[in-house]
Amino acid sequence: MMRRISAALLAIVGAIAIGAVALQRHEPINALWILTAAVCVYLLGYRFYAAWIAARVLSVDAWRATPAERLNNGRDFVPTHRAIVFGHHFAAIAGPGPLVGPTLAAQFGYLPGTLWILVGAVLGGCVQDMIILLLSTRRDGRSLGQMARDELGPLGGFAALVGTLIIMIILSAVLGLVIVNVMKHSPWATSTVFATIPAALIVGLYLRLWRPGRVLEASLLGVALMLLALLAGGWIDHQPVLRPLFDYTAIALAGFVILYGFCAAILPVWLLLAPRDYLSTFLKLGTVALLAVAIVLTHPQIKMPAVTAFTDGTGPLFGGKVFPFVFITIACGAVSGFHALVASGTTPKLITNEADVRLIGYGSMALESFVAIMALIAATLLDPGVYFAINAGAGVVGATPAAAVQTISGWGFPVTVEQMQALASAMGERTLFARSGGAPSLAVGMASIFGSTFGRGLLALWYHFAIMFEAVFIMAVLDAGTRVGRFMLQDLLGHLWQPLGRTSWYPSVLLASALMVGAWGYFLYIGVIDPNGGVNILWPLFGISNQMLAGIALSVATGIIIKSGKLRYALVTLAPLAWLALVTTTAAWQKITSSDARIGLFAAADDLARKLALGALAPERAAVAPQLIFNQRLDGWLTMLLLAILWFVILDMARVCVRRLRGRPLRSSSEAPYQSSRLQGAAAQVRP
Amino acid sequence: MRRAAQWLRRRVACVWNGLRTASGDDAYERYRAHQAARQALEPPLSRRAFYEDTQRRKWSGVSRCC
Repeated sequence: MMRRISAALLAIVGAIAIGAVALQRHEPINALWILTAAVCVYLLGYRFYAAWIAARVLSVDAWRATPAERLNNGRDFVPTHRAIVFGHHFAAIAGPGPLVGPTLAAQFGYLPGTLWILVGAVLGGCVQDMIILLLSTRRDGRSLGQMARDELGPLGGFAALVGTLIIMIILSAVLGLVIVNVMKHSPWATSTVFATIPAALIVGLYLRLWRPGRVLEASLLGVALMLLALLAGGWIDHQPVLRPLFDYTAIALAGFVILYGFCAAILPVWLLLAPRDYLSTFLKLGTVALLAVAIVLTHPQIKMPAVTAFTDGTGPLFGGKVFPFVFITIACGAVSGFHALVASGTTPKLITNEADVRLIGYGSMALESFVAIMALIAATLLDPGVYFAINAGAGVVGATPAAAVQTISGWGFPVTVEQMQALASAMGERTLFARSGGAPSLAVGMASIFGSTFGRGLLALWYHFAIMFEAVFIMAVLDAGTRVGRFMLQDLLGHLWQPLGRTSWYPSVLLASALMVGAWGYFLYIGVIDPNGGVNILWPLFGISNQMLAGIALSVATGIIIKSGKLRYALVTLAPLAWLALVTTTAAWQKITSSDARIGLFAAADDLARKLALGALAPERAAVAPQLIFNQRLDGWLTMLLLAILWFVILDMARVCVRRLRGRPLRSSSEAPYQSSRLQGAAAQVRP
Repeated sequence: MRRAAQWLRRRVACVWNGLRTASGDDAYERYRAHQAARQALEPPLSRRAFYEDTQRRKWSGVSRCC
């Protein structure tokens, strides 16, 4: 009875909050309405939809032994308490994506992003994560690529592998670009981010040489070192002699990031990658919790309108109408295909009881979606003029501050040079104009929230704390992505020449690492020299590739559901798949065919080529134009490839389903045979 | 009063153990306990070798997301 009453109360509060968000127009809305609506939607989705899927669609069986129990080896396969697996899984899936995507999508206003994050997560992303987690658990923790190969066929598996490799490259490039934009001509941010590298090395040595495996004490040391780095960065910023040593152009910083990525890929993991990840995880979880508390305490007003005029496709951050581009821009936080790779990796090997997949799969994604909502709040509480001044590239609004404020004020979002200068000096920066990529504006938003809660005098410190928080875990993702990409490349190269497939053979390590870093380094370099900021091209490409991966994951899930004779429940994965196929195809089609140079990649290349031929470009733009033209065409071809992979896997899934429905022979299920659980209390852990 | 202190001590111990497991701080102790429980014949890895091996395997697959 109590459960029904609490569910009814949740529904009522949620309905009121969503009503307030949807109906309040032309007047500021408080962020607490959005937060309340989000929490109620997640809890209701978890309580009813996830429980229904677990019981009916997946037939979750609490008495069935999981691989952690059957194959327990005390190392990879270890039955672990569900709260701890939840923490591990959340830390693995929560990256910079849900922070950057919603910040960029705020150009459409707060409403489109908020609605997509809520609906997309509850009906798509959480469902995908939970189902892939269970399917992998029932297959001894097999990866998404292996499941695609086993259940659909070798071609589907190969397409999944190529798709994954492409997304790794684009992800690393775009994240590299985000931190370059954070650090350019900012000695405080640069020196702090640089100092996190020796901090990670010290922690790495501590964990291996001095106190092997003592993670907690080493992490404590590392966090203290990073906070010291933050304070030292502020001190360096005021030293006329030291300051220039950390004042770099974007191109120099891109070179540094590329070199760093290469080193991280070839060095032993214990030295740089593992310690950096410990630090980033602690910082990430701590900051997210702090942000939630601070938003509740300050309950700020949202200043961005619900919907801006840029829904028509003329937005300054990236071109394209609200449909389909809000659904591409916000991937992580709503539906992220990348999660399917994590859900079919380490996590399934730790699950003690099948019934836990609801909390770990659905629950973790709901929490990540909540992080996306907080990022959206942090971006939309800024004055819209300030938001656009920080995020719009110089190529769109004008190269000088005066030109930028004139353009932005002309859109109806008043902002002045003095206002931007005062904000920059409060944040301890020289300028905040044209810092595209989402991270700096998010840091300004977070600093405002933290400053209002914990003391306004420390705004500059909070801003650089937020910058360090973003940079540290962006670099952790960069390290990990490059390394996994290296393994994938070695796997592919091994088919050409067997020794190249040996992951410990040093020439092969160097070659594969150089190829991987070279691939994302190229896109990063082009992004840096692009006067429009580069993010306007790279982020939509990343969104398309992430949604393509979600399409692959949902295709595998749909294929398995139909193969197991549950056609009537197939809509659970088929509906989000159909939606993602629609938005991804529409977005990719527009990127390929649109004649508007702000959207179409080939149109942009042709437009630039025409201007170059006519001599209509300024000398500095003319110098980089040939590279930009080549890159835009390359991006166009890459978009076509992503679209082809998506439809190839969807059609392969449809072929398998049609064969099943016609009673034709199929590949047998790769599910591990049923074995009863012997773990005491397994039955007692059944959850409704 | 003593009961409350005991309850508090138990809670703190529970949180501390959870934190150690979540961070991987007690991974080696759990590995040794597992080896002892199944009376494994092969000699156990040293603390350092176990740590290195765990990290190598963890970072061979997709462990971090966007």
